[in-house]
Amino acid sequence: MADHAHKLEILRGLIKFKSNTQKIWGVLILLSIITAVEVLLGIYKPEWGRTVFLGMKALNWIFIVLTIVKAYYITWDFMHMRDETKALRRMVVWTAIFLICYLLWILLQEAGYIFEIYDKGYIKRDF
Amino acid sequence: MSNFKNECYRMDNTVVSTGTEGKTWGGGSQPLKSSYGKMMMWFFIVSDALTFSGFLAAYGFSRFKFIDAWPIADEVFTHIPFYHEPAPMIYVAFMTFVLIMSSVTMVLAVDAGHEMKKAKVTFYMFLTIIGGLIFVGSQAWEWATFIKGDYGAIQTKGGNILQFGEYVEKDGEQLFKRVAIKDFAIEAAHDVREQHQRKNGIWFMNEGSLPSYTVDEVMHGLEANTNVLVRTQLINEDGEKTVLTREESLRQIKENGKSVVEGANLHVNEYGTPLFADFFFFITGFHGFHVFSGVVINIIIFFNVILGTYERRKNYEMVEKVGLYWHFVDLVWVFVFTFFYLV
Repeated sequence: MADHAHKLEILRGLIKFKSNTQKIWGVLILLSIITAVEVLLGIYKPEWGRTVFLGMKALNWIFIVLTIVKAYYITWDFMHMRDETKALRRMVVWTAIFLICYLLWILLQEAGYIFEIYDKGYIKRDF
Repeated sequence: MSNFKNECYRMDNTVVSTGTEGKTWGGGSQPLKSSYGKMMMWFFIVSDALTFSGFLAAYGFSRFKFIDAWPIADEVFTHIPFYHEPAPMIYVAFMTFVLIMSSVTMVLAVDAGHEMKKAKVTFYMFLTIIGGLIFVGSQAWEWATFIKGDYGAIQTKGGNILQFGEYVEKDGEQLFKRVAIKDFAIEAAHDVREQHQRKNGIWFMNEGSLPSYTVDEVMHGLEANTNVLVRTQLINEDGEKTVLTREESLRQIKENGKSVVEGANLHVNEYGTPLFADFFFFITGFHGFHVFSGVVINIIIFFNVILGTYERRKNYEMVEKVGLYWHFVDLVWVFVFTFFYLV
């Protein structure tokens, strides 16, 4: 059907595909490469990955960023978010992102506090 | 907008015309240029995504609370079927690939649906279902391996886990290699404690299965094998678990050892804090249930495709809607994979 026009470029137009089917395989290759990089880093755990950056190991930041990249391509190309209207896109994505960021911030903040309580020996749990 | 006209055409078949078509509130128009069903599927996905992020954030909470003593996933999930060397990540990478692959076949089915190619939709839906089944099966195997455990450990009075191992030389380097309890514990000839069963006492009182060894038997084994050392839950600066000296090892087991733990369940976990096992069962279980229900829904749609339901409807949007759900399940797995196995 002609009205199902798909946007056929990824990576901001760096890669353009001729058909939707071709784009699907292209995205699969991209996702596979990202997963392979994650798995290799996970197995070999290079020395530089242990440098702490913004309160977390650099390697963990890389894993989280790569995960979000993967999530983007699954949502945008497999779930066709790229072809939806801007309003629908924002309604779904920003609602989730805003609430998740808030939840993560408040829970991790609180967990760090509890860790300190244990760590400074106010409560003994190793006996 | 031929799709829109199509929609209206179908509506005329089922709903009485209101005479207000074309007006904004007259019905028949599609806000956000998306059909009602598709938009509701998106809203369901948002709420389900928030549920999953609630679970993962709770996992993060527990992990940050015990940040210096959390189990290292690479040491927990090291198994591959029919292969007996420890190989972290490989199996779960395979599972991830299977799920991404089934997402691809799903989106190919949706694409074939847009082109009204019934045979192609059928074929790709079939492949998607197979991929989902392989994934659920792998998940079940992963659970079984985790529940069974591999080395065994001692739990202290404070609820901490003490594991065993020895230093072995490999390529001129001293490596700490885990030793299973069954390889060094000395079984006492007598003094076998019987499991308390309902038939031997009051009808509502019983106990869970007993571990294969008692703490005393492990202690005797530890005294006899001078090379075996105890490893605690605490993570040192090198990102490895702390190994105790020989004297400290003996002291810890003698003074603090309370019970022998084999494998993992909701109460105890030989790999470390029980919370790790609880979250693993809950989150992968909840995700596995999503995959399972996704497979069931896909099977229903698969048969509808074969029966020609969508062919008669002149529209394969139903495949697109279950496709959204299926991709969402894949999307959640991407996050579970990162937070349980990588980070």
